[in-house]
Amino acid sequence: MIAHTWWMTHRQLKALLRQPGVLVITLIQPMVWLFLFGNLFQRVVELPGFGAGSYLDYLVPGVVVMNAVSSNMWSGMSAIDEIERGTLNRFLTTPVSRAALMNANVIVAALTTALQSAVIVLLGWAAGARYPGGVLGPVALVVLSVLLGTTFSALSHALGMTLRQRESVIGLSVFLLLPLTFLSTAFMAKSLMPGWMQGIAAGNPVDWALVAARGTLAADVDWGAALGRGGLLLGLAAVLVLLSTGTFRGYQKKV
Amino acid sequence: MSSTTTHIEAHGLVKTYPPDTRALDGLSIAIAPGEVFGLLGPNGAGKSTAINILTTLARPDSGTATIAGHDVLRRPQRVRRAIGVVAQNSGADPLATGRDNLMLQGRLYGLGGTPLKQRVAELFERFGLTGAADRAVRTYSGGMRRRLDVALGLVHRPSALFLDEPTTGLDPEARAALWAEIARLSAEDGLTILLTTHYLEEADRLTDRLAIVDKGRVVVTGTADALKGELKGDAVRIELRDEPAAGLGDLAAEGLREVSLAGRLLSARADDGAAAVPGVLAALDRAGAPAASVTVARPSLDDVYLRHVGHRFDETNGSLS
Repeated sequence: MIAHTWWMTHRQLKALLRQPGVLVITLIQPMVWLFLFGNLFQRVVELPGFGAGSYLDYLVPGVVVMNAVSSNMWSGMSAIDEIERGTLNRFLTTPVSRAALMNANVIVAALTTALQSAVIVLLGWAAGARYPGGVLGPVALVVLSVLLGTTFSALSHALGMTLRQRESVIGLSVFLLLPLTFLSTAFMAKSLMPGWMQGIAAGNPVDWALVAARGTLAADVDWGAALGRGGLLLGLAAVLVLLSTGTFRGYQKKV
Repeated sequence: MSSTTTHIEAHGLVKTYPPDTRALDGLSIAIAPGEVFGLLGPNGAGKSTAINILTTLARPDSGTATIAGHDVLRRPQRVRRAIGVVAQNSGADPLATGRDNLMLQGRLYGLGGTPLKQRVAELFERFGLTGAADRAVRTYSGGMRRRLDVALGLVHRPSALFLDEPTTGLDPEARAALWAEIARLSAEDGLTILLTTHYLEEADRLTDRLAIVDKGRVVVTGTADALKGELKGDAVRIELRDEPAAGLGDLAAEGLREVSLAGRLLSARADDGAAAVPGVLAALDRAGAPAASVTVARPSLDDVYLRHVGHRFDETNGSLS
């Protein structure tokens, strides 16, 4: 199973490397967000009660998690491609480990998200953002973005496997991305949000990632927030990976 | 355990898809080692479902199947090692090179290192793809892609090969080339081959034996020659000028048997077709149903199909006519 997981992962990574343009474009989008939101909302830190010195410092984790959600929402598309092209059935008639097919999807989603998040953190730093908690903060941010990315990748994959319609996957992405990011503390401090929004944010996994990340990025690390929300996120990611595995089993039964 | 007389065997396969599509309704076949066996039937007859069950993709509602003595339900991993599968969409990765596709396929069977590299080179050579091995598959022509699909099915040297409508969508030249290659696989490599087709000519040319499948069951099995031989005499096909308003007259008296009429097309058999034609044409004239054209031919697979299924086979779209 480990050898098969490696080869199936290798296949997907090689496919990504074959299209270096796609990798660059996926990084341009968060750069644009960083630039646009960074300039547009530059002065919101001056609002009383915002609680951050520089908006760029505040913004970097927001853009990292927004990117983790948006880039992983598309994994259902490749699931549909592989079903329609016959690739999945071809693999299923070989002795390949069934678990390896799923493992590879999770690993590739995690690796690409980690890479993108690390690049955003570094570019944010180059643009002047500072992470006073030391190296722990950025590393925790990358790990949390991976958990969040895995969650949404598994959700999209499950949807693609079950409904097999590109429109549904696109719809999920369009429908969820903006509400999830704006109903969180990605761009605005919690204390300045309307009360009902604060309530929604508390149950929003995007916000869990942000609260945990900001807890570790601060000079005075908030371990309670980091471990509590991080743990919730880990649990949610595990549940969705299981759900996605279930839809894959369902597919095999329906052939 | 392993049976010496059959390599691929299915017995009483039933498969229903929700809500109530009965794709297979008790399909049974037995294929000897080294045989090229064809499943012939229109789209929707159950051919692909049969292949899906035999290749471990789908589970039957009831019935049993074995490949090389291994039960497809109880020992799917052993079956997978014994078979090569070329599906209608074999799903070679279009962005990857032909070589990447074949290497990966080999690795899924546990091959690797120099033996795999050699095997891949050998397959490219054999299928005339050596020059294209390191090009992305999306740049391949339809015929090249199909040959790569077959190579993918052969990388682990299976003893049985499944080909699901292998030449659908190919131009006549590519089709002829693939036929030659399939014939060689059976003759030189001793592979047991099960292929499905909705081309009568393909079944006629390529298979040692064939089964006509209709509504999820095998209606008749035999060699193409034996099946045609059962239809004694010539096939007479007459196209009438108009759909006959009244009867056709007494055609039996003129030597025609098994007369059937579909629209303006009259099909029948005669011991000596050429001798019967003048009398038949005169009888039709008298009955007020004059003929526009007449053909007399040795029995074809289409006639076999008509005899066993009850209507003609329309192979242009593989559907019922």
